[in-house]
Amino acid sequence: MYLNFGFLLMNKIISKEYFSDKVVRLEVEAPLIAKARKAGHFVIVRVGKMGERIPLTIADADVEKGTITLVIQMTGVSSTKLGKLEVGDSITDLVGPLGKATHIENFGTVVCACGGVGTAPMLPIVRALKKAGNKVITVLAARTKELIILEEQMRSLSDELIVMTDDGSYGNKGLVTNGVETVLNREKVDLCVTIGPAIMMKFVSLLTKKYNIPTVASLNTIMVDGTGMCGACRVTVGGKVKFVCVDGPEFDAHQVDFDEMLMRLGGYKDFEREEMEKLSKLDKEG
Amino acid sequence: MPNISEERSKPWRVALRESLKVKERMAIPRVVMPSLDPAYRAQNNEEVNLGLTPELAMQEAKRCIDCPEPTCMTGCPVNIYIPQFIKQIEVGEFAEAAKTLKITSALPAVCGRVCPQEKQCEAKCIHVRTGKDPVAIGHLERFAADYERESGNISVPTVAAPNGIKIAVVGSGPAGLSFAGDMVKFGYDVTVFEALHEIGGVLKYGIPEFRLPNYVIDVEINNLRDMGVKFMTNCIIGRTISMEDLKAEGYQGVFVGSGAGLPRFMNIKGENLVGIMSSNEYLTRVNLMDAANPESDTPVFKGKKVAVIGGGNTAMDSVRTALRLGAERAMIVYRRSEEEMPARIEEVHHAKEEGIIFMTLRNPIEFLGNEQGRVTHMIVQEMELGEPDASGRRSPIEKPGCTEIIEVDEVIISVGVSPNPLIPRSVEGLQLTKWGTIVVDEETMQTDIPMIFAGGDIVRGGATVILAMGDGRKAATSMHEWLQGKK
Repeated sequence: MYLNFGFLLMNKIISKEYFSDKVVRLEVEAPLIAKARKAGHFVIVRVGKMGERIPLTIADADVEKGTITLVIQMTGVSSTKLGKLEVGDSITDLVGPLGKATHIENFGTVVCACGGVGTAPMLPIVRALKKAGNKVITVLAARTKELIILEEQMRSLSDELIVMTDDGSYGNKGLVTNGVETVLNREKVDLCVTIGPAIMMKFVSLLTKKYNIPTVASLNTIMVDGTGMCGACRVTVGGKVKFVCVDGPEFDAHQVDFDEMLMRLGGYKDFEREEMEKLSKLDKEG
Repeated sequence: MPNISEERSKPWRVALRESLKVKERMAIPRVVMPSLDPAYRAQNNEEVNLGLTPELAMQEAKRCIDCPEPTCMTGCPVNIYIPQFIKQIEVGEFAEAAKTLKITSALPAVCGRVCPQEKQCEAKCIHVRTGKDPVAIGHLERFAADYERESGNISVPTVAAPNGIKIAVVGSGPAGLSFAGDMVKFGYDVTVFEALHEIGGVLKYGIPEFRLPNYVIDVEINNLRDMGVKFMTNCIIGRTISMEDLKAEGYQGVFVGSGAGLPRFMNIKGENLVGIMSSNEYLTRVNLMDAANPESDTPVFKGKKVAVIGGGNTAMDSVRTALRLGAERAMIVYRRSEEEMPARIEEVHHAKEEGIIFMTLRNPIEFLGNEQGRVTHMIVQEMELGEPDASGRRSPIEKPGCTEIIEVDEVIISVGVSPNPLIPRSVEGLQLTKWGTIVVDEETMQTDIPMIFAGGDIVRGGATVILAMGDGRKAATSMHEWLQGKK
């Protein structure tokens, strides 16, 4: 029943929602992945025959419906092509679930610090942590009010939700670290989980290190195959080379060399800029 | 399966042997494979070797003396009926020769191109014992397979009546394809599951177009499809579908041919700088993702001063690719001398013709970068050869105080691969070695989980295409026996 090939190969988009003009949520038909995935897992997608392979963390899944949810921030060529797909369209290639699942147990009190689209993959982790009996305090951060996503879902799953905006247009004014520090000053925290831009995770990690709070970061590096074949995603963790796609994506944040990771993330900046210019030119030409 | 001595005693073979004296056959010089001009081919991705003409092939076929006990066959991991197909070429029955190849090999056009024949079939050719060049078995195999493909009349090997037993194959590289080909011939219902979006494994992502064009592989894969093999891409056994799911779906046997895709790095300072990558990443971007094509969304660095670290076939493929992507200086940096290089002699020869710089007895010890984290230089240590080690090769030792700095803007690390942990890790109870390879019975390729067989690089570590195919054949025969015995 599961191995109905045609069904599996469809990857059809069955619903689409705009969180902002650059952030969309796609619900994709992928019954095998929906059934097999756990919190923390990711998929690799490819759009079009000349498309590149990019990693995306699974934000949610519905086993009954046989769907997974992806939240995409349209920053580069591939994420833009993906984000522009409409209901009824299919994703050319979709493979997963990949990576190691989040280690879930009853830790006690957990602070979940997420920023931007990192909020989407944090959602299933918050849900799983809560189910395991943890007290979960979520710190949800964005540059400005318009970029806050999934606030209601997060609020209903967490014991407490702290919203931070850089410009103070909503919730508290300040960075995600300000929100986390408030909690750390207030009560005993057993674990911190962080997902977001590398620079954000770096500063969360520096903060929790000061307070000696074990911290897990879900890394989002450049990937090609996502199955351990190439090492494009390699990072240094505790002085050792690790592949994010098979050893991660989650690591002990205090052991991660974030500066090296940021440097490697910038490796293809020039290519990306050129490709984006081509894409926007095509758009204008209609 | 033909009976070797029976086939050899057929009147046409006897007459052919009598038509030319052994001494005359032995006196014919070995054919030279025509190839593209080095200056021209270094600018593009066209296949370097052009293949034999029918005349050249028939002439080369005459060199084979049709031995009563063909030792060449013992050197072939899939035991191709070598004298049979060569004699068919000699009489001009090219399509028949192709059919003979397909009795034992699922991918003759591929093997004819990429096998290290000098270490296998050709090493066992009778000519070698008399100090002469062996019969160009690889060139002839390629000729027959290409002839058939280009004729447009591809024969589909006969398969046994379907027995309704479902078999799963994990990985669509050479081991999996060879296994699938044999099992479908026995009548099984075979599905090949592939993690990537393309079928072919290393044949697609690793070996470049100029050595093995994709259309050649695709024709052979389609041939398997015509025989009834089903392919499913973007599906990882142990991830997308579990072993339990397969069992629940009625699969009675699983062959794991997931390869040794995990690249090794050198663990030296600066290795994670931008512009330094594994040959797997580099070749995957260029071959599988077509990154050199402006239409492709996948980017790739096009360095001007490119160093490839290593001396195997993958290193040669990488350095020749870098040249074709516009490198002004494309260098091989290898810690031993050229004599110890594991790459095929033909590849080294082609690389040199194209202008690749060979820096042997040198080993990088550190990479240096600029403020953007992009590699700019590497420090290499000069080496000299010491006493032979356990493998019989003279081991490289450092020459104290002898280092030099070389300017580079791209470095490709090609120092070997380890077994991919993805499948072994996700199948509970599978016995592994300390290197992460799957433990199998060497005779049957069966693991300690009876329904799971394995072969190729996931069992051997990094080896060759043809050894992987040989494992696939062996596993198919023994899985067939095991399943029949269960009845």
